[in-house]
Formats: sequence, structure tokens, C-alpha cells
Amino acid sequence: MTYDKRPEGRKFDELRPIVAKAGVIPNAEGSAYFKIGKTVAYAAVYGPRELHPKFLQNPEKGVLRCLYNMMPFAGMGDRVRPGPNRRAKEISLVTEKAILPFINLDRYPNAVVDVFIELTQTDAGSRCAGICAAAIALADAGIEMREMISAVAVGKVADKIVVDLDYSEEIYEDGHVADIPIAMGNVSQQITLLQADGYITREDLKKCLEIAKKACAQINEIQKKALKQKYEGSK
Amino acid sequence: MNKRKQILDALDKNVRFDGRKKDEYRKIEVIKGVSATAEGSATVKIGDTEVMVGVKLGIGTPYPDSPDSGNLIVSAEFLPLASPEYEPGPPDIDAIELARVVDRGIREAKAIDVKKLCIEKGEKIWEVSVDICTINTAGNLFDAATLATLAALMDTKFPKYENDEIDYKVKTDQRLPLEILPVAITVIKIGNHFLVDPLPEEEEVLDARLTVTLTEDGSVCALQKGGDQPLTVEQIDEMIGIALEKSKEFRKLL
Repeated sequence: MTYDKRPEGRKFDELRPIVAKAGVIPNAEGSAYFKIGKTVAYAAVYGPRELHPKFLQNPEKGVLRCLYNMMPFAGMGDRVRPGPNRRAKEISLVTEKAILPFINLDRYPNAVVDVFIELTQTDAGSRCAGICAAAIALADAGIEMREMISAVAVGKVADKIVVDLDYSEEIYEDGHVADIPIAMGNVSQQITLLQADGYITREDLKKCLEIAKKACAQINEIQKKALKQKYEGSK
Repeated sequence: MNKRKQILDALDKNVRFDGRKKDEYRKIEVIKGVSATAEGSATVKIGDTEVMVGVKLGIGTPYPDSPDSGNLIVSAEFLPLASPEYEPGPPDIDAIELARVVDRGIREAKAIDVKKLCIEKGEKIWEVSVDICTINTAGNLFDAATLATLAALMDTKFPKYENDEIDYKVKTDQRLPLEILPVAITVIKIGNHFLVDPLPEEEEVLDARLTVTLTEDGSVCALQKGGDQPLTVEQIDEMIGIALEKSKEFRKLL
């Protein structure tokens, strides 16, 4: 089976349209809006602030906490019951691990940096959109970062290697689908989020990871632009 | 000098924290259609306060005491995204009160003709789920949430429904049977002063709060008093008068 045509006439290595903004939530230390295709994530960073209860504090370095949540109306089908389900908990966990290596928590002993991610609408790729928003929000909050973090799903639909799968591709039925969400730092290009749903050969996986580098570099430019826009505006 | 005295002294000179008049709202913005996955949605900004409301439609079974009526369910979540004071977890009492006040306004105004949401008497009805989500809280959530709910209900279109199945990907042109548009205005009392659209600093020191929900003809359809201090009949009447005036301005935004 061959996969010939992507929705909206996208090229196989083309990202969906992206809109990114920094500083959208006045109460937060840092915040961001990240829209990719029809998936929209907000992220807010609170802290570094004192961590309670106290026994959770680490005098050597700060603690990072990430919370991924879908608004009840953000799913593509029925209403999603509010509150953390197993899926949201797992995504919160892998989001935390995706960000952790790139921020310098040594600077914030006994403190916590809270990252809250909210999805207002989704069409696949929501954990990656959440990580992209979180990275902008962390930078906006002035949290010391070793590298900027960008995330995107890559994978294979039937015979084609593709970037940034939408929902219709995730559920494509005329052939195997592999959906591989990835996050990486913009300097080292080291990977901190790696999951895969579906069949993929070792060779194809390598191709996917290479193509992810290019896509993440593009996203990184958009993230930087969003941050520049905010701070150039206030000059 | 304590906060309350500071605010009161300023109010005696007719000055508020941000330079507004006592009966003046901050800039209000209503944006409909903000979530593509909801059947209807809206964001309302009042100053720095931002609330997003989404409406989902589903099929449910009617309550035994109203077998031919659809259901309305309003929930509110104070997302930790919106304020350093919110923590993750199930809705606390303030979020529950907010959801119930919004619910009461719509329900008691009979804003939605729930009989038109009946698919099969006693068996199948449309369920209208309203979810209020905070994006940034900076005072006066009640008015923002009610206005956003109304705007989201106005924005709502039914999904395709065929052979007992909903296809959420296809929206029809059919809108909710929204007959009446109730708006809520909250008036707070600090000392001898009545204020609308309070800032968090003002809410913190208020004596009493009255949320008045009004329909287009100026009838009151729901009330909620809050705050620790009592109100006299005269005071309540004056607060309702203020709410009535302000509700006319509010309507122009819809």
C-alpha cells in the first residue's frame, strides 16, 4: 500500500502551521500559547517557589513538576471527564523527563518549578505541543536552561516517513502506522522524549530520528521568535 | 496601614486601585469559537481575568422527574495554570459555588428550552455539558464566567446525529434552543461603597457580594449573596439597581 496524499496537501516532511506566543498569562512567571494544526496548548510556569510539604524539598537542587491536562471539551469525541486519568498522568511524567535534562535546577535549592500545561483543543500531537509551549514558558519565566526544547511527532504512515502526524494519520487504516513523539534540545540534538506506537524497522526509526532533527530546528526558530516578540515589544 | 483601610480611604476620595470609577468595568472582550473540538466555545476577558468555556453535547437518559427534558450540567475548574494560588485537584468550594451560580442563572431564566432537547421521552435526551476553565484570574470570575457561558451556548452547533450515533467531526447548522439571555452582574460592598468588577485586592477585603442575574426585560432570575457581612433591604435594592444598569452595557457585548 502506498500513502500518496496528506490532508491539506502537506509535504511528507512538512509541519502543520504553527502559531506561538510568549507571555499570555499575566499571573504566571512565564507562559506560552502553542498552536500546531488544530492542536492548542497553553503553558504556565510558577516558581521557583518554596516547595511544600517541606520533606519534599531538596537542599541540593530544585524540583520540577509538570502537569498535563486536557480541558473537558478538548477531545475529538465525547467530553473528557475532568481530573487526571492514566493517560494524562503518564504524559505529565514523560513531559517532566523531556524537560528535566535541559534546565539547571541546581540554581534553585529547596524550591519547586511548576509547569502547568492545558490543552484547549486537540488533533494529535498534544504532548509535543505541550512540551513546546512549556519550553517557551520556562524561558519566559527566566528559568536557567541549558538548551531550548522542541518536540514533534514523526513516524510512518504505510510506506511513507512523515513529520507531525495529525489524527487522521494516526488512525490510518490502509497500512501500518508508527507514531513516534520526540523532544530534543536545540544545541546537542539529544533526545529526551521518545515513545513509539506501531511497527517500525530499525532503519526507518533512524530515518525518523534524523528527520525529527530538521523539524525540531524549524520549531525552535518559531519558539525563539515568540520570545523575541514579547521582549522586543517591551523595549 | 492595613489593606482594607487603604482601599477604603481611597474609595472615600472616589479612587480605586486602577483608577476606575466605582461603577466602571475594565475592558471586556468576548471571543466566540475558541475551541474547535467543543460544540460551542467562548473566551471572555475582563481586564486581566480570562475565562474559557466549552460546551459539549452528548446523549444521556432523562431524570425520572423530567422524562421529556434535556439536561444541563455546569462545571468549573480553577486550573492551576491561572493563578499561583490554585492547586491541582478536584474543584474546591469556590469553584463549586461559581459553577452553581452560573448554572442557576441559566436554569432559572429558562434560557434553554430543555423540552426541545428530548429525543425519545423517558429514554434519550441531549445533555449539554458546560465546562468553565480559568486561564488567568484577576478578579470578578462570576461575571466573566456567566458571560463566557452565555457566549459559548450562543456559539453551539449540534453535531451530526444519525442511527443513535454522534459524529463529532461534522457540525450541523442547528443551534441550541436558546430563548432567553441572562447576564450576571456582581456588586460588592466595602464599607459604604458599592463597586462593580472587583479586583482581587478588593475581593479580599469585601464585606458583602451580590451576584444578580437578570434577563433582557430587567427581571431578576437568580441571586447569590456572598461575603461575611449582612446587607440591609435598602442596600440590596441599591445593589440590584446598579446591576440592572450595568446589565444593559453587558448585553451589547453578546
